[in-house]
Amino acid sequence: MKHLGLLQKGETAVISGILHNCPAEIRQRLLDLGFVKGTRVRIENISPLKDPVAYRIHHTQISLRREDASYIEIEINENEE
Amino acid sequence: MMNAACEVCEFNTASDLKKLGGISGKYDYTIALAGNPNTGKSTVFNALTGLRQHTGNWPGKTVTRAEGSFSYRDKTFKLVDLPGTYSLMSDSEDEEVARDFVLFGKPDVTVVVVDAARLERNLSLVLQILEITTNTVLCLNLMDEARRHGIAIDLRTLSRDLEIPVIATSARSKEGISELITAIHTMATHGNTVKKHLLTDIPDDTGEAIEELTANLQRLDPDLPNTRWIALRLLENDQGIIRALQQGNTAPGLHSELDDILNKAKNYRSSLDGHYQDDIAEAMYSKAARLVKDSVSGNASQRAFRMDRAIDNIVTHRIWGFPIMFLLLGAVLWTTIIGANYPSQMLSTLLLDTLYPWLKNGAETLHFPWWLSGFLIDGVYLATAWVIAVMLPPMAIFFPLFTLLEDFGYLPRVAFNLDRVFKTSGAHGKQALTMSMGFGCNAAGVVATRIINSPREKLIAIITNNFSLCNGRWPTQILIATIFIGVLVPKPWSGTVSVLAVVGIVVLGIAFTFFTSWLLSRTLLKGKSSFFTLELPPYRPPKVWQTLYTSLIDRTLIVLWRAVIFAAPAGAVIWLISNMIIGDQSLALWLIHGLDPAGLFIGLNGVILLAYIVAIPANEIVIPTILMLTTMVIGTTTLGAGAGVLFEGSETEISALLQAGGWTTLTAVNLMLFSLLHNPCSTTIYTIYKETGSRKWTVVATLLPIVYGVLVCLAVTLIWHALS
Repeated sequence: MKHLGLLQKGETAVISGILHNCPAEIRQRLLDLGFVKGTRVRIENISPLKDPVAYRIHHTQISLRREDASYIEIEINENEE
Repeated sequence: MMNAACEVCEFNTASDLKKLGGISGKYDYTIALAGNPNTGKSTVFNALTGLRQHTGNWPGKTVTRAEGSFSYRDKTFKLVDLPGTYSLMSDSEDEEVARDFVLFGKPDVTVVVVDAARLERNLSLVLQILEITTNTVLCLNLMDEARRHGIAIDLRTLSRDLEIPVIATSARSKEGISELITAIHTMATHGNTVKKHLLTDIPDDTGEAIEELTANLQRLDPDLPNTRWIALRLLENDQGIIRALQQGNTAPGLHSELDDILNKAKNYRSSLDGHYQDDIAEAMYSKAARLVKDSVSGNASQRAFRMDRAIDNIVTHRIWGFPIMFLLLGAVLWTTIIGANYPSQMLSTLLLDTLYPWLKNGAETLHFPWWLSGFLIDGVYLATAWVIAVMLPPMAIFFPLFTLLEDFGYLPRVAFNLDRVFKTSGAHGKQALTMSMGFGCNAAGVVATRIINSPREKLIAIITNNFSLCNGRWPTQILIATIFIGVLVPKPWSGTVSVLAVVGIVVLGIAFTFFTSWLLSRTLLKGKSSFFTLELPPYRPPKVWQTLYTSLIDRTLIVLWRAVIFAAPAGAVIWLISNMIIGDQSLALWLIHGLDPAGLFIGLNGVILLAYIVAIPANEIVIPTILMLTTMVIGTTTLGAGAGVLFEGSETEISALLQAGGWTTLTAVNLMLFSLLHNPCSTTIYTIYKETGSRKWTVVATLLPIVYGVLVCLAVTLIWHALS
């Protein structure tokens, strides 16, 4: 099991859910932004100080801090570049 | 595209369309304008109402509810522009404003503006609004951009699937606006007969819970609209909705029935064990994905954003990201400072060298008494003219430049680059946006802090906004840097060195922003940095000429207005205190001599301190006040009638005058520092009070910078004397 904070640039992942220990407010915000099960996500951009990271999801770029991204469970899609 | 020319023609539907702007009154219909951030919602609002609400390319630009109106075919429509939101589910300030209005404001029509090129993300909000009301019109905006990206949308299919009218628009070029107006009119007068719910993919257990609560609510109050949405919110434990229900059902019988329903919702919430939120969101996004599959062709993700990615790779680059940021800031400052020189001199020649003697002669011809001509022309007129000549050019250059960067979409990248630094200081990355706004005007920066959800981080952003050197303080910095710092080096270098000195002050202000955020997070506003999400919107080519034109007009009007309401009275006050004789000297001299010991102790002087007291209403009048008072102190009264008169001077004359007033390089350096570190202007103080609703924090935000200013000036003075 992997979380979004571990995704590397160039990899594509599919979201499998949000972890149970995620605070309710953050969970809702992540869901609002489309971090829901079955959504494809990849890294678009990393800020100069390594954090936050901008993800491409639903054809938009959303940036999250790594600590918040770690609440999102993913499966890495090996077949895609 | 064929009818684009007709769209903008006044003889089209527009012949029936009267834009009423912000005029208030009774309306036949209320229209809500909702949508995600960055969908051009404000542009649609402007196209409909003819108002010029400033539109910027960053999430959360519309932080307040803007209202305007228009009339069409004998009906009047009130249009309410809601803050851009991704959803109506969260309890942040802006989402609550939007949700409450759609839910409780009972608009006749809700127009949802979506970005045609990013339909999938935007449809989630559309589906939520359709749960509340089907009297909805979908405005598929930014069609020009979608076309450019090779995306085609089948409007009929989308309209059939959603069962609401779908109108394609490009609000920037007014394309499709007349069709939108017609659709709004039809929906307002006829309503939507379809009342079907589209969210069907909800798993059984969650679905049953919603059904049951909906049925209960309907029994409780058959007139209650949107029972299904309210049931959704009860499962979510939405306190605002619970409160609204409790207030609406106070009768004893109803009260206990409502309690039953609330208990039931609570039980469901624990039995569904948190996956309820996920179920709803997943159902929404899978529905959105299916809708998109049916009606959209062309792939947005592949080629369309190659350009954006290329720009992002440069401006958020590991090595180049920060240098580019400072370079852009420097470039904006440099253009403003150098560019303002020429128009400033022209205005000064016109207002001070030509018009002033002309007015004086006129007063003499008309046999004005000396005090009347002194008060009106040497006091009121000269101060006003000075402020216009000195303030207008830098503002008229800075604001359009800043607006171009803003429209292009660069500001969110600044927040993206700087978030880590803000986080370390215990603050929010979006403070980078409010800080940038502060360079224009601190009051605007303070209002913009509403985009920050956490109250603690919002307060930090408000208190530190004053450390962004606002436009009202720039001319002071530029003038003092030019006549005192620039002259320390050989002439070819003086321009560059003056600019560098001002940039140094700006950078120092940024340092104080981070330091104060850090300090507050560890003392008065203890806490850790909260959750940060930020959309990086697509880059959009700014409309250069339109921006230049509207900013120029706007700025000119604002500067003239401020000059009249602040500079003119200040001119009057200065003239009066300079000519009111108490005992053996004027009131101004009493004050200056009284303030001199304290002023000189921290490396300034009494004139400067008095000027900062007179200039509390507006920073713009600091320099004219200093000059008028210095003229009075050294007794050069040959120029005007009475004491405290401003002279029409070149930089060399100003320099000579200030040196005669006892100024040294140290005074100049300290004035530049004190100009950065002193209380906000009265408009900003008032805005801080309105935003925080707290006297305590308003006092902190007002006094903290003064404490800094005194300490920094004192330290510089002590070090200066130790070294020399």
